[in-house]
Order: sequence, then C-alpha cells, then structure tokens
Amino acid sequence: MKHPTPKATRHVSRNEGLIFEKSSPGKMAWKLPPLDVPDVDAQKLLGASRRTDLGNLPEVSGIEIIRHFTRLSTWNYAIDLGMYPLGSCTMKYNPRVNEMVARLDGLANAHPYQPEKVSQGALRILKTLSECLLEITGMEAITLQPAAGAHGELTGLLMVRAHHQAKGDPRKKILIPDSAHGTNPATAATVGYAVENLKSNAQGMVDVAALSAQMNEEVAALMLTNPNTLGIFEQEIHKIADIMHAKGGLLYMDGANMNALVGKVRPGDFGVDLMHLNLHKTFSTPHGGGGPGSGPVAVQQFLEPFLPRPVVIAKPDGTLGFDYDRPRSVGRVRSFYGNFGMFVRALAYIFANGPDGLRQTTEDAVLNANYIRQGLEAAYDLPYPTPSMHEVVFSDKLQAKQGVRTMDIAKRLIDYGFHPYTTAFPLIVPGALMIEPSESESREELDFFIEAMRSIAEEVEEDPEMVLAAPHTTRVSRLDEVAAARNPVLRWKPKG
Amino acid sequence: MRYLPKSPADRRAMLNSIGVRSIDDLFAPIPAEYRLNRDLKVPRQMAEAEIVDWFRERSRETGADYAATFLGAGAYYHYRPVIIDALISRGEFLTAYTPYQAEVSQGTLQAIFEFQTMISELTGMEVANASMYDGSTAATEAVMMAARLSRRHSVVVARSVHPEYREVLSTYAAHQNMPLVTLPYSESGQLDLKDLERAITEQTACVLIQSPNFFGTIEDVAAVAELAHRKGALLVVAIAEAVSLGILEPPRPADIVALEAQSFGVPLGFGGPYCGVIATRFEYVRQMPGRLVGQTTDRKGKRGFVLTLATREQHIRREKATSNICTNQALMALMATIFMTVYGKAGLRELAKQNLAKAAYAAEQCGKYAKVLFPNAPRFHEFVVETSEDPRAINNRMLGHKIVGGLPLKKFYPELGHAALWCCTEMTTRTAIDTAAGFIAESERSVKSAPEADAEEVAR
Repeated sequence: MKHPTPKATRHVSRNEGLIFEKSSPGKMAWKLPPLDVPDVDAQKLLGASRRTDLGNLPEVSGIEIIRHFTRLSTWNYAIDLGMYPLGSCTMKYNPRVNEMVARLDGLANAHPYQPEKVSQGALRILKTLSECLLEITGMEAITLQPAAGAHGELTGLLMVRAHHQAKGDPRKKILIPDSAHGTNPATAATVGYAVENLKSNAQGMVDVAALSAQMNEEVAALMLTNPNTLGIFEQEIHKIADIMHAKGGLLYMDGANMNALVGKVRPGDFGVDLMHLNLHKTFSTPHGGGGPGSGPVAVQQFLEPFLPRPVVIAKPDGTLGFDYDRPRSVGRVRSFYGNFGMFVRALAYIFANGPDGLRQTTEDAVLNANYIRQGLEAAYDLPYPTPSMHEVVFSDKLQAKQGVRTMDIAKRLIDYGFHPYTTAFPLIVPGALMIEPSESESREELDFFIEAMRSIAEEVEEDPEMVLAAPHTTRVSRLDEVAAARNPVLRWKPKG
Repeated sequence: MRYLPKSPADRRAMLNSIGVRSIDDLFAPIPAEYRLNRDLKVPRQMAEAEIVDWFRERSRETGADYAATFLGAGAYYHYRPVIIDALISRGEFLTAYTPYQAEVSQGTLQAIFEFQTMISELTGMEVANASMYDGSTAATEAVMMAARLSRRHSVVVARSVHPEYREVLSTYAAHQNMPLVTLPYSESGQLDLKDLERAITEQTACVLIQSPNFFGTIEDVAAVAELAHRKGALLVVAIAEAVSLGILEPPRPADIVALEAQSFGVPLGFGGPYCGVIATRFEYVRQMPGRLVGQTTDRKGKRGFVLTLATREQHIRREKATSNICTNQALMALMATIFMTVYGKAGLRELAKQNLAKAAYAAEQCGKYAKVLFPNAPRFHEFVVETSEDPRAINNRMLGHKIVGGLPLKKFYPELGHAALWCCTEMTTRTAIDTAAGFIAESERSVKSAPEADAEEVAR
C-alpha cells in the first residue's frame, strides 16, 4: 500500500461453513406452545397429499444460528461501516427510527384485508406519503403499488400505453438514451414496445437535434433519467419536453437520481408527464442486500384514470378507503398495496427532514460529488467536463495504459476500507468509474476517499501488478465468475 | 439537520476548494425558471420523539390492540421468532447493497445460497432464485418464463388461483399477446380435470394452478401435470402459503413453482414487503428471471459465492433480458432463511401440523351451525363458510370484540356472496375459534327466528 490507510486495518475474520454443514438430527431452535385443540391424523386428513420427507432442511440450535448469521454479516461491507459510493444507487444513511416505527404492532401486524375501519392509520400513512411525494415531484396523482424502481417503470409504461390506446393511437416505440439504466429497455420490451436508442451529445446530454429527427408519431414516450447517469442535469429539458409533446409523445422520467433535485427543482415543473421514485434510494429505506425497494409512480392529472387499482380516497364521512372502481385502470401490478413497510420508513425520513432538511440534503449531496470531482480531476480522466450534480463519472483512460481497468481500481479501493464505486457504467463511457457519495459523508470521509483514489492512481504507475491482484485484504480473493457461470452450482447438496 | 455530518465551516471550506462562492452556483445547470424558490410544503422538521408519537397513533388506528384475526388469503399471521429481527437488524445485512462486489459481500451471498438451497428442498425443485417481489409477480413471471420455454403463448389459469395474482397476470399478459383461459372450480373447490383436458391445446404454454388454492383446497397436482405434459404444456404451481410445505407433498411434477414465502418470518405489514421466489428444474435455469447466486472458488482455491448467469438479466441484456427485475426482496429472503433455519426439518412439520389441527377444529365448529363449502377435498388451514346472513354483518359484530372474521368472498367471487374464507394458524387460539363460532351460531339462530331481517342493511 502506497500510503498506509487511516480507514482500515486487518482483523481476524471467522471462517464459517454452510448452515447445512452444521446440521445434525435432534438439534433444534424451536418450541411450539401445546396444541389447545384436538390433535389430528394428518394421514387421514391429507391422504396422498401428506408429505413424509422434508429434504435437507438444517437442524441446529439457537446459539448456532446467532453465530452463523452474525459471522456471515461480518463478511459484508455496509453503509453503516463507511462510504458506499455506488453511482446511481444513492447509498445514504438508513435512520434507525424508521426501523423502529415500521415495527410498531399495529403497522407490522396489519393484515392487508382487514376492514377499512380498522386500517385508518395505515391508510393515513399512504395518503400522507402520497401528498408529500406529489409536492416533492410537482406531480398531480400517484400510485405507491410498484415494488421497486423497475416495477415503477413498468407501471409507468403501462400507463403510457393506456393513454395512447385511449386516444385510438397505439404507438410502437420508446426512445431511450444510450446512457440509460438497463432496466429502461428491459421494461419497454416487457410492455411490448420496440426500443430505439438515442445518442448523447459531446456534453453528455440528450442531443436535441437528434431527438427532433427521431421523434415521430410512432414514438410513445422518451424515458429520461435526469440528472442522467453521468450526473449531468439535462439543461435543455424544456426543449426535450416540447419536442415530445409537439408530436403527442410523453416524457417519462426515471427518478433514480432524484437525490440531486429534492427541494431544488420539481420534475412536474419542467415538463415531465410521469416518473417513478426509488424510496430505497432518495428516501433512505435500507437496501437490505438487494431489496426490498419501492417504486411509486407520480403522474400528471391526465394520466390519473390509468393508475393501478386500487387508489386511496377520502370518503364523504371523512374516513379513508380504497377505490377499486377504476374502469380505465391499467390493472394491478402486484398484490395488495405495495411495499407498505417502506412507505412507513420513507415518511419517517421526510418528517425527520422537513422542507429545510430535504433541501439541505440535496445541497450536501451535490456539494459532496463536486468536492470529489475537484479532488480527483488531476488523477483520473473526466470524459465529460459538463458540471456535475450528485454524482461524477471518470474513466480509466489514464490507468488503462498500464493495463489497469476500472474494475481493478475498484477492487483495490476495498483494501483502503471503501466499497467500490459503480464500474463500467454508464455504457457510453468506456471504463467508467461512477461515483455517488450521497449527502451522508463527512468532509473527513470524503478526504480519506480522495486520498485513497489518488494513492491507487500512483500505485497503478508504480506497481500495476499489485493493483491487478487486488483486493489483498479480504477473506476471499477475486472469485472465478467464469467458472461459476460455466458450471453453475446454485445450491448445496449432501455428499454421497 | 441531524442526518447530515457537516458543520457550516465544513461546507464553506468545501465550496472554497471547489472554487465556487455559494451552493447555488452548483445548481446553475438547472434553468433558472424551473428552480424552486420556496420551501416544499411538507410537514416541518420533527424531533425523533414526535415521529415516534405520530406513528404510534397510526398504529393504534390500525388495530394494534386486536385480539385475533381469521384472515389469510395470501397473507398469513404466523409467529416470528425474535432472532429474525435481531439478525436482520445488523447493519452489515440491513445497509448493504446488492452483492455485485463479491469480495465484500460474502455474507449476503452465502445467505442467499442457503436460501436457494432451502427453497429448492422445500418445493421439491432443483433450483430456486434469490427472490421476486411477491407471490403475484413470481406467478406472473413464472408464466412468462413458461411461454419462453415452450415457445407457445396461450395460458390456462384456474379461477381458484388468488384473484389478485390473476389480476397481475392479466395486466402483464395484455401486452405479451398472451390469451388467458380461466377455468372454473368444481364442487370440490378443485380444478375440474375434464374441463382442464378440454382447455389445453397445442398452443397452451402452461397451466397455472395454486395449491393449496385460494379456497384452501389442495389440488391434484399430479393429475393436472399429467394432462398438461401430455399436450406439451408446462405446469406452473403457485403456493401462497409456504408453511403448507411442512406437511403437504410439494408439487414435484410441476415445471415451475412460484412461491410466496411471507409466512416464513416476514411480517404481515399491511401487504408488503413480502418475498416471492421462483423455483424450477435445472434445465430451465437460463430462462429464469431474477438474481442467482452460485458457488465458485477464489484465486487460492477457497470456496466463495458470486451472482451468476447474469446474461439473463437487464443490466447485461437490456431489452433482451428474461425480465426487467433489478432490486428484489433480499432482506425478506434473509428473514425466510433464518425462519427456515430456526424451525428446521422437524419444527416446520410440527408447525404445519398445528395449523392443520387448528383449521380442522375451526371448520368443525363452524360446520355445526353453517355450511362449510368444498367438504370433499383435502385442505390445509383455510376453509370457506357459507352463512345465511351476509358475512360482513357477522364480521361487524365480531369487530366489537376485537376479532377480525374471515374474508367475505363476494368481492372476488360474486356467486359466493354469503361465503367467507377463514384461516387459522398456530396463532389462533381455541378461545378465539369458539368465540367466532359462537357469533356464527347466533347469526344462524337469529336469521331463522327473524327471516325479515335485512342483512344488507346491517352490513353497511
């Protein structure tokens, strides 16, 4: 290591096998209360449907379970341990009061079909969060049903399709910038649209002339991430909206990068027709190792009739309820009402911030990204010098001369005590290093990060082989992903 | 603001080193006419104590003090061992991202590998994915997967599949040129095999059934599979109640299983987040949607785990991906993994058996006074009770005693206007069952003694 890092040091890491390897018959971690009704003869009740063999479920005791999963947990990096600068992922602090309120008895144990009169508190949460999100986005109607960002995209495009069909003008294509997330084209295909790529210009923004040329009556919508995945605000957003609207197309905004905008500018004010939010990004609900997320979709009033069923309404008597009688709805996109537990957390986050806190959060997120940009501009290639918002994208152009690529630098960053940034995305930047610090990092942590990145740049010049072999401090070294895909082992099996 | 780790001096110093005068200079790329020059109209900043109070009030308004529920229908109230929240609250699990960087994500990756293994064992399938959003989207994506595998388009669906699962399927199918043929349930509450035989054609991609089905009745999976396979169609089986797998033979003849694992330690939480998962045969894995964890070795030959077969996924294949899913339900899958580990092989069987016994007792009690429908087919822990009075009226009276009665079925099955779907789990006490049965008895007595009573009126 070029400079000893102040961030990390080696410590003992415990080995731990698979839980199945600890199992032995007769060990247990459970006890049921005595049965207070007559016991039954399962064979008699179920006949051929009765199961006799539960396969290889583990049999272990309580202390073994605690140690097993605690040991596994220590092998993870997490936002609680330090900066997690994944671009477009918005890894921010997950406040613990959110977890506490989501576990309150009435909320955690509410059955989705319990009568509305016994659900008023839950309905109030849905309504209050909806109102806050509408104010934040500047939109006019919302559904909280989608379970994640990609699910929100799907819901949005279903509404786009319903809108055009209602006008007797079913359209065929969705325009998607070449910098977009992979979920955008995958979603368009799921909804039965053809995907047409839109090239970015030299500034890393939508090429407005190209958009003008490509836009026609076959195009249903443009899916635009703003700020885009380069962290650049689409400065000609008003022209983009006008071009789409002039030919009857809609402007869909992927709200993955909303953390750059909250309290400073509202998509509804700059011509967006519909958009999704990621509560697990902008609104602090924990990523949980890959989910759950939540992807509400906010729309302008003319799309309101197409919202998924049901929607929350205020009844004449002042109570809240669900309205299922929505003949023009696109239907349901999942069971029940969405990832309610995430709504509780997101609303608690909004309460903790208030208008001033939300604005300051956005300002700090943008300040942090620009501070990193300034700190690393001399050491890494910056392919697009356009001003950055909440994230900055470098390339590995300078380091590639030594044969070191973005993934190698990312792996070396682990040795310095950081989680890697997003590698090799967006696709329009060869060898991209996509860095989003979020507002949750102190100046000290950012300085450590900048120092680590500069140190790695020096190491690349002096000892590229060492960087190529990184990480050197983790319990496993680089894993053979090719072998994993070629001969997939997707589950444990007993020996013999 | 308490979540922001910067002093005013830090901010000034950072602006200085960037070389701008004020924070607004960094927002200059946003056209001035769109910038928001006022406070957002959201509630003012609240202290932690105020936040807790606000949500406590909402919790009280949401039946925090209710004594019992007989609701099931795809969301089940089971005991959640304390160890689950103790472990999933560890920041290393809770606040980690998707495990793309394997060297610093081995904890999550190994736990998912264990999840995939346990789900495979329980469903009788060869491989399971890392989770889907919920049972409804798992069933829907399983059907789309079957269409890719069979290269056929039409789908035969049993009407006894959860109505909301069918709604989600029809939302997706509408844009996939996927005609849905819905088959009625028979006198036994099961799919009628003669209807099924007639409905399957050379165009049928798959048959979708649920077992136990929405009425709690167990389908004859082997017979359904035989009919589907005879015509080259696949069989997709949805399972909404994972605990049933502790005592019911899994749908081994199925090609794809779409499971809702909420019962495995995930709170009811007013409907989400839950834990869908797809399991299938190994030969079909490349058409499976969602993330998969695989075992491999590092450069020194040590065992480790990675996300694998990513060429199925949207971040690699874009519009040609098997699904658009990205974020899944990883933390819920971890809850389920811990739950399955706590109960294990013996515990899960005992747990399932208690559910079976409670429901058998409750059905017997209710059956003394009212009609239990579909009596001739085996069932797990749900049953349908038909009363003379509108069940909403009976439920209303029970609410006064802090008991939530069975789900009135009229909304989903208009022909079952006076029927309700009742569910018992290990959490349902005999006292609650006896009390509820008492309300049904009283209702039947009063209807018989006063035939003029307007049940509809009471229900409102």
